[in-house]
Amino acid sequence: MLTKRELRRIVTWKLARRWFVARKLGCMTAAVEFQDVVVATREGRRLLDGVSLAQEEGSVTAVLGKSGSGKTTLLRTVNRMVEVTAGEVLVHGKAVRNADVIQLRRGIGYVIQETGLFPHYSVERNVGVVLEVMGQDRSTRVARCEELLRAVGLEPSMFARRLPHQLSGGQRQRVGLARALAAEPEILLMDEPFGALDPVTRAEMHEMLRELLAQMKKTVLLVTHDLDEALVLADRIVLLHEGKVAADLSAEDFLRSELPEVAAYVRAFHRGLLSKEAQT
Amino acid sequence: MSGFLAQYGGQILTLTVEHLWLTGAAMLFAAAIAIPLGIVLTRKPGWARPVMGVANVLQTIPSLAMFGFLLPLPWLGERAARIAIVALTAYALLPILRNTYAGIRGIDAAVLETARALGLTGWQRLRMVELPLAASFILAGLRTAAVTCVGIATIAAAVGAGGLGELIFRGVASVDNRLVLAGAIPAALLALAADGVLGLLEYRLKAPSA
Repeated sequence: MLTKRELRRIVTWKLARRWFVARKLGCMTAAVEFQDVVVATREGRRLLDGVSLAQEEGSVTAVLGKSGSGKTTLLRTVNRMVEVTAGEVLVHGKAVRNADVIQLRRGIGYVIQETGLFPHYSVERNVGVVLEVMGQDRSTRVARCEELLRAVGLEPSMFARRLPHQLSGGQRQRVGLARALAAEPEILLMDEPFGALDPVTRAEMHEMLRELLAQMKKTVLLVTHDLDEALVLADRIVLLHEGKVAADLSAEDFLRSELPEVAAYVRAFHRGLLSKEAQT
Repeated sequence: MSGFLAQYGGQILTLTVEHLWLTGAAMLFAAAIAIPLGIVLTRKPGWARPVMGVANVLQTIPSLAMFGFLLPLPWLGERAARIAIVALTAYALLPILRNTYAGIRGIDAAVLETARALGLTGWQRLRMVELPLAASFILAGLRTAAVTCVGIATIAAAVGAGGLGELIFRGVASVDNRLVLAGAIPAALLALAADGVLGLLEYRLKAPSA
């Protein structure tokens, strides 16, 4: 659990970041917007049931929720990995349903828990794969790969030639992040990116990602069930419950919220942590 | 022995080349049909069962009966080599088809998902991700098919298609084991060579797991 000092440090960092983004952009525009989004299965079960949200450009929004609450589905509607049944998803004000799906996906970074690195490609080729399919020449790709590997804390001379199975879980996740950033997307979708890592590595990844986001100013939609992760990384936390938005609060207000779903989630999360501590 | 080789050496060589030609042609046709079909089935998994079923049935037809069935067909029946190539193609289909399908379907779902999410087109996903990762499986299918084909091609001599089976049939008819062996040993060596070469390729193409 976070100490008061850590939390204060994080809140200060976030407020400074928000101020910087506001100054930089002049005005806040929605980078990603969900308008009454419904996703239903063929059998009619609603995975998302009228979700409406707008995410500021350059902000980090964490989507929390129990398994099956629809958080991954929500994330995947942005790059059309899941098509909406009703409603609209807008990226920079344009409906994604009218966008060319290949161009849309190339313009949005995507990081998942399993990393999905191509096992037969070296780290260098994995990182540069989007640039490769976009037709950029090899020297550009290599230069970009080196720059990104350094940004995610991996020394290119040591890691560029390795294959994914020669990396640790944390290193693979760093490569996955570098790959997602290769084409300089403005939006980054992250689905439980650090869920499979041990607590120490996860904390290192949080630190690295925070520093990276402070430099790069990406709009990040982060799906997680880890409340600490959401508090550390996000400006805003959305809690999904059975496909609906149960809460949409700033990270600072989330812990103080008396909304029953939020309070229940916070209690359950802390109970889980306490039982883990008791086990160890 | 040397007298036997002097008498039959040239014939063994000619028939080995003929055997190779029948098997090679059939393998080319089978690969050209089964690999694309296997890829299509991964996109339409609902069709996999019936299509695999047909290939399975073809596999169960006894080879001599298969040659017999094809004999009266108009264009095919005119030349024995055509019958042999069509029959051998039919036998080679299943292992290649099954392995192509299983190889692609067996790729880690997370890898395929990211390939889509990164904005790779269908063709790019196939060329850069699916085929390289399924290559060793496909090669294993080709290997099984090649060994089966080399064996079954010996029966093609029964319809006059030539190949090493001719020596075997002649040896059986004249109760001459030397002739039977003159057909059987090169056929076995061909099968072993095909197995070895394709096995080596399969090993080299084996993709590392993530």
